[in-house]
Amino acid sequence: MIKIENLAKSFGATRAVDGISFTVERGEVVGFLGPNGSGKSTTMRMITGYYPPTSGSVSVGGHDVVESPLEAKRLIGYLPENAAAYTDMTVRGFLEFAAELRGLSGGSKRRAVARAVERCFLASVLHQSIDTLSKGFRHRTCLAQALIHEPEVLVLDEPTDGLDPNQKHEVRNLIKELGRTKAVVFSTHILEEVDAACTRAIIIDRGKIVAQGTPDELGRPLDEVFRRLTIPDTGIAAPDTVKP
Amino acid sequence: MRSILVIAKRELGSFFGSPVAYVFLVIFLLLTGFFTFTAGQFFERGEASLGAFFGWHPWLYLVLVPAVGMRLWAEERRSGTLELLMTMPITPWQAILGKFLASWIFLGIALALTFPVVVTANVLGSPDNGMIFAGYLGSLFLAGAYLAVTCMTSAMTRNQVVAFILSVVACLFLILAGFNPVTDLMVRWASPAFIDTVAAFSVVSHFDGFQKGVIDSRDLAYFLSVIGFSLFATSIVLRNR
Repeated sequence: MIKIENLAKSFGATRAVDGISFTVERGEVVGFLGPNGSGKSTTMRMITGYYPPTSGSVSVGGHDVVESPLEAKRLIGYLPENAAAYTDMTVRGFLEFAAELRGLSGGSKRRAVARAVERCFLASVLHQSIDTLSKGFRHRTCLAQALIHEPEVLVLDEPTDGLDPNQKHEVRNLIKELGRTKAVVFSTHILEEVDAACTRAIIIDRGKIVAQGTPDELGRPLDEVFRRLTIPDTGIAAPDTVKP
Repeated sequence: MRSILVIAKRELGSFFGSPVAYVFLVIFLLLTGFFTFTAGQFFERGEASLGAFFGWHPWLYLVLVPAVGMRLWAEERRSGTLELLMTMPITPWQAILGKFLASWIFLGIALALTFPVVVTANVLGSPDNGMIFAGYLGSLFLAGAYLAVTCMTSAMTRNQVVAFILSVVACLFLILAGFNPVTDLMVRWASPAFIDTVAAFSVVSHFDGFQKGVIDSRDLAYFLSVIGFSLFATSIVLRNR
């Protein structure tokens, strides 16, 4: 469903993403791992069409994101970093707005909102304004927005960031369940999530893929593998960029 | 078209869901009232026309329209919702037009609420209502031109204050280019053709016609091109985010 070839993005002289390629098929949950600033969010922003790539290509469901952005964007549900949402709207208003932008109306809109509310456990805050919500609810509201149109592709940027352990558990289970029928990419720097939810993990460092495979293939313990492969942003240790 | 309406609806909801709309309406109506009846000497003029009312609009809008438009894009940038909006299956133009139209409709509502001035003039005398209609139309286009300029400056920054100041300065230029005290200054050293060219960029000279009751296609074309150009510039700025 997602096909990325030689994707690169530069901001001025900085090369944020440096020639990465991978594919994600339906039924896969791919965990995108990497230290902060390794290019995870930039890659996701290129998949969702927010940033145009400097070079390389992204196609979603066979549609090139740059050449036919609307077709590609229709297939994607996206949870941006920090779960941005219109804070002056109520949860219901926000979800209805997202559904309408996705072309839903009338009965299908109502059903889509009800389904997303149920799935993300939002019924108790439905009429609350988003700026009064706790971080966990706000996150789930934005996740509900990403799921509203039953997308075939889900791109989730740090979906469990800032949640408490119970909420993390719920979100991981949700991702796992969604991954049975959809193509899911999510980014994280929490390694236990790879074991908990992913069918495959990609480790990225300084814009390059340094390892990929199932959690078992990557080797254990995962945090040791991760530390060996990536450079801490303090920049002291030099890693061996060996593929396992 | 549907997406434009969805975005416009959300934007209007956001105006009226926050104090912005009500503060704006009250201040706008108080100031138009003050300028028309006190500073504009509406009654002392002894004529049944709305000259005292419309004459102030270029100056009144100078501060009030940027205040309405400054958040349009700056707020989306600051809160990160721009990313959400731009990854929805809509074109940037649909978002730009939706937001612009919502704010323009809001300014139209504010303008429509000045109807007591028209009623007053009609009760006291028999003004030329066609002329008044033309004045309202011109005022609406004037507000639209300022608003489009504000859209552009708002897209440039995540800081609403910066957006506000930039658009006040840009709109001030649009006024001063044709403002009599300024054109009089230029008479000494510039040729009349040059002064006319500069003045042609001004909202004042194009708004004057409407106030006199003349709906000239050249004036309409001027306002529409300011709006079109500014919104086009907005799309360029947004593309290079």
